[in-house]
Amino acid sequence: MKRTAFFLICFLIAAAAASAFAAEAETPMQIAQTASPETPAPASEAAPATKVDTGDTAWILVSTALVMLMTPGLALFYGGMVRRKNVLGTLMHSFVALAVITVQWVLFGYSLAFGPDVGGFIGSLSWIGLKGIGFAPNGDYAPTIPHQLFMMFQMTFAIITPALISGTIAERIKFSTYVVFIFLWATLVYDPIAHWVWGVGGWIKGLGALDFAGGLVVHISSGVSALVCALVVGKRKGYGADLMAPHNLTLTVIGAGILWFGWFGFNGGSALASGDLATSAFVATHVAAGAAAFSWMIVEWAHRGKPTALGAVSGAVAGLVAITPASGFVGPLSSLIIGLIGGAVCYAAVSLKPKFGYDDSLDVVGVHAVGGTAGAILTGFFASTAVNAAGGNGLFFGNPGQVGIQALSVLAAWAYSFVVTWIILKVLDATLGLRVSEEEESDGLDLSQHGEVGYTF
Amino acid sequence: MVKVEAIIKPFRLTAVQEALVGIGIQGMTVTEVKGFGRQKGHVEVYRGAEYRVDFVPKLMITVVIPENQSKPVVDAIQKAACTGKIGDGKIFISQVTDVMRIRTRETGPEAV
Repeated sequence: MKRTAFFLICFLIAAAAASAFAAEAETPMQIAQTASPETPAPASEAAPATKVDTGDTAWILVSTALVMLMTPGLALFYGGMVRRKNVLGTLMHSFVALAVITVQWVLFGYSLAFGPDVGGFIGSLSWIGLKGIGFAPNGDYAPTIPHQLFMMFQMTFAIITPALISGTIAERIKFSTYVVFIFLWATLVYDPIAHWVWGVGGWIKGLGALDFAGGLVVHISSGVSALVCALVVGKRKGYGADLMAPHNLTLTVIGAGILWFGWFGFNGGSALASGDLATSAFVATHVAAGAAAFSWMIVEWAHRGKPTALGAVSGAVAGLVAITPASGFVGPLSSLIIGLIGGAVCYAAVSLKPKFGYDDSLDVVGVHAVGGTAGAILTGFFASTAVNAAGGNGLFFGNPGQVGIQALSVLAAWAYSFVVTWIILKVLDATLGLRVSEEEESDGLDLSQHGEVGYTF
Repeated sequence: MVKVEAIIKPFRLTAVQEALVGIGIQGMTVTEVKGFGRQKGHVEVYRGAEYRVDFVPKLMITVVIPENQSKPVVDAIQKAACTGKIGDGKIFISQVTDVMRIRTRETGPEAV
């Protein structure tokens, strides 16, 4: 019965692909006439004039590849932190998002997130199967790069976000259910929130909330959903009694390095152009990551007596998370402060976890929910139009109201992610089952879910 | 014949090996082992999660030798492995009934 349901879902995806292909065949793709400067590409009425800029396009192509690499980087970051019997299962949780969300995004995910607005809540299905998404820039989103490139750049964000959640349910989630979960989660949680914040007509965008590269859309949505996952899925067998130390922190350090590297594309690319703003975001990203690694290390050193490698790399990731919403609105010194705060706050959150009693295995809540929230709120303090004229001023630059707007947007993202993820998990728990059996959990996900092992020597 | 099994601190391996070679021992087997004795384990902390590690990593050296070499071998190992601190390990000596060299089917003292 469960197996039938699983294949039925696969069949529905295939059917949707077929119908989308039929739609694409009817409407030949528009090619922007970039060769002749006299005839600019057609733009939608209200949007600014559009024309492909080769420098901007080159940078966003590179940024897209950088962000793509973050997902395998995340796989290594998480993979090193689990026990050796679960290393491949954990790598697959991230890697499979590249497979599943690519399909989802092309079929209808992009349309739901960025398509023509329906009530401020979601995009319509009129861009299903990327219908009409050609090379002519979309003036509403990125007037100087091909629309298809904007779609692709955004796809890499949609891929890594559900993969972030996997850290919280590592070592016990059933793989088949996980695949269905990320597909549903991307559709019901990620796409709507991306639309609210970044889509034309999205209601949070309308409030004037500032989220440069995805503090709300990526980190709060995934971090809060991770909290729900930890609560609904439950603890690992033997949690609190068995030794669950990371099996290979070397992988984790390499993964963190790849994440840091990819984040230049994540934040720098979110300028959607090459130039001053991309540079500013690039600098902010690096400064915050370094500052947070430093502050986590120092706080841990003072608190526990030793500066750990896991702590230093966790701090770097916490800083990258915290600077994400602010990266295009703040200068280097503000980034430094945001990084220092982000590292210390996330260290405190992670250290307090055992007191709450839930098993957030790889600290997705402590880093992404807490770091994302801190970053989103701090954006309301540190944002400055001197850095980005298209942004806004924060409390320290004469606009205290921005903090309230940021807090409201955070609250909305928290509430929506919490409720919808809860519903998805309850439905999956009742139908497909969320966890592997006790025996499979004890054997490890590598063997029980994938029929292979990570280390054969 | 006797079997000498010595649990030692891993960093003393080379010293023990050199000492045994020095008194003419022809072969030895080394095994990575974990265990506890009077030496306490340690605490590892990962992002605030504390794990008590009670089993300390050690190496076990096994040599099988004719009865008359037992004393010099045990003395050599003891001398080479001793640091004077807790956790230096132990040496176990036991009787071996027989030995066979697989290649030649030789048995008894010839085979060790």
